[in-house]
Amino acid sequence: MIPPRAALLCACCAFLIVFAATLAGCRPSGDASTGSDGAIQTIQNKGSDTLVNLALAWVEAYALVHPEVRISVTGGGSGTGIAAMINGTVDIANASRAMKTVELDAARANGIEPIEFTVALDAIAIVVHPDNPIDHLSLQQISDIYTGKITNWSELGSYDRPIVLLSRESNSGTYVYFLENVIRQGWEDDDSLFSPDTLLMPSSEGISAEVRQNRNAIGYDGLGYVTPDQKVVAVGIEPGGPFVLPSIETVNDGSYPISRPLYMYTAGEPSGAIRTFLDWILSDGQQMVRDLGFVPLD
Amino acid sequence: MAPVNGIPLRKRLEWLIETLVRVLGFSAIGFVAMIFVFLLMEGVPAFVQVPLDNLFNVRWYPTSELYGALPLIAGSLVVTIVAMLIAFPLGVGTAVFVREIAPSWAREVLKPMIEVLAGIPSVVLGFFGMITLAPVIRESLGAPTGLTAFTGALLLAYMALPTIISVAEDALDAVPKSYRDAGLAMGATQWQTIWRVVVPAARSGILMALMLGMGRAIGETMAVMMVTGNAARMPSSLRALFLPIRTMTATIAAEMGEVAHGSTHYHVLFGVGLILFILTFSITLAAASVMFRRRSRGGLR
Repeated sequence: MIPPRAALLCACCAFLIVFAATLAGCRPSGDASTGSDGAIQTIQNKGSDTLVNLALAWVEAYALVHPEVRISVTGGGSGTGIAAMINGTVDIANASRAMKTVELDAARANGIEPIEFTVALDAIAIVVHPDNPIDHLSLQQISDIYTGKITNWSELGSYDRPIVLLSRESNSGTYVYFLENVIRQGWEDDDSLFSPDTLLMPSSEGISAEVRQNRNAIGYDGLGYVTPDQKVVAVGIEPGGPFVLPSIETVNDGSYPISRPLYMYTAGEPSGAIRTFLDWILSDGQQMVRDLGFVPLD
Repeated sequence: MAPVNGIPLRKRLEWLIETLVRVLGFSAIGFVAMIFVFLLMEGVPAFVQVPLDNLFNVRWYPTSELYGALPLIAGSLVVTIVAMLIAFPLGVGTAVFVREIAPSWAREVLKPMIEVLAGIPSVVLGFFGMITLAPVIRESLGAPTGLTAFTGALLLAYMALPTIISVAEDALDAVPKSYRDAGLAMGATQWQTIWRVVVPAARSGILMALMLGMGRAIGETMAVMMVTGNAARMPSSLRALFLPIRTMTATIAAEMGEVAHGSTHYHVLFGVGLILFILTFSITLAAASVMFRRRSRGGLR
């Protein structure tokens, strides 16, 4: 008979080894299969993390009308997507910024002429409590508020209350866009940061709940996420105005300053399934843009 | 039964089951060890890739490569300690009432109710805190916002209460009846007996209740993330209790989902997890050693 103690030890070891092996085997395997079997066509889509949820929503809806097309969506950032498009590994690159000259040159050197499609617009609304008398702010004032230079509403001609800063978590694309284009106002050598007193809310709901309840609060979020019980502030580029409220019209004509177009790039003029997909995005696909917090094209 | 190789089948079967049960029992140790190894593997690179004066700094801006984790550690400690200051007296008081004073019918109602308390999901509590508790705190204390360290501590105290009450009650239950009889026979009142005889006799168990409650509080994530405001500022004075704070758990939960696998930020988050693990582990270890001391003293059970 086997001595029970030794057997136990063996069993334990075996169990641990098997378990460890399972863990090691659990690493996600890198590349998804791209093979097209029969009539099924596949489109690779990669890029901006800001666009990834919208792109996923589009793909899900598109699968209902065009089940013969399979589209895979991955994030990774605008730069990653564009680089993959230039290398020919993806068909459509998502980008929350226009391609840089360097990237265009690299593409042309590779024999690719990228074609740009504006697929949606992204606008950030500045919101306060409905009782707050403030109705307009300049970009410089918003920047000073969020870096902690202005700490009381009375400095802006509003009531005498401390300012409570609300922001999305640092992993959201909106956070980075706000930091670069509002706090730093696009200056690349500016290293201003959010004030350490900024409350980072894990969700849009967190921001709207606090703005609704708290007269001291100021927050920002994608225009599509703003509920009617928050007061939206008009924003001006210059301290003297003009101050513009965000809406589908002002975002589309470019007069509202905190907005940007979102792009999809293809390598050369698209054809076939890719063309059909992009055409669908620019027509029927626009209906769902607002639900995801973005602004549809006019 | 037919003997195989001279050993009856029944005996073999019994040995097999016994071994299986034993392996399952010991596997808990294996899991803990493996989780620790995994944390080490993913967390230690943070301490190599990021200079220590950046890591142990007060500026947590992971998107700008500032990984100062001190405000997070301080945040977790402040929220946990304040939660314990609230929950411990309440919990022990409740345990004393339930075990020593309450009539038996009240006891039969209270005990299951306390267990139900433990079953409320933390998101529900967090939502309640965000919508109901935060405005009350903002208006009653005149704080700029209701999303403060104190709000988080209140919720954590509430969540740690069931643990503290049950463990403390068990400890009181373990004090032999003869202690109470002796106290009363000496002419002590019921209050004197409880306060000077029963509670001191159960003190190691009560201490363990504190430790377990603390372990529950420091690891809590969801409720804390929803009500503390998550501003990574260093608490510098008592006033900081009524200002927003950011805990280690909330940071990991909020940032891990979007971080690039294998990046510095990813490793730093695991590093923070490692610090948290070491903290909770030492709390649990302290609790275990308290319990062990009680047993080896031959004491009260």
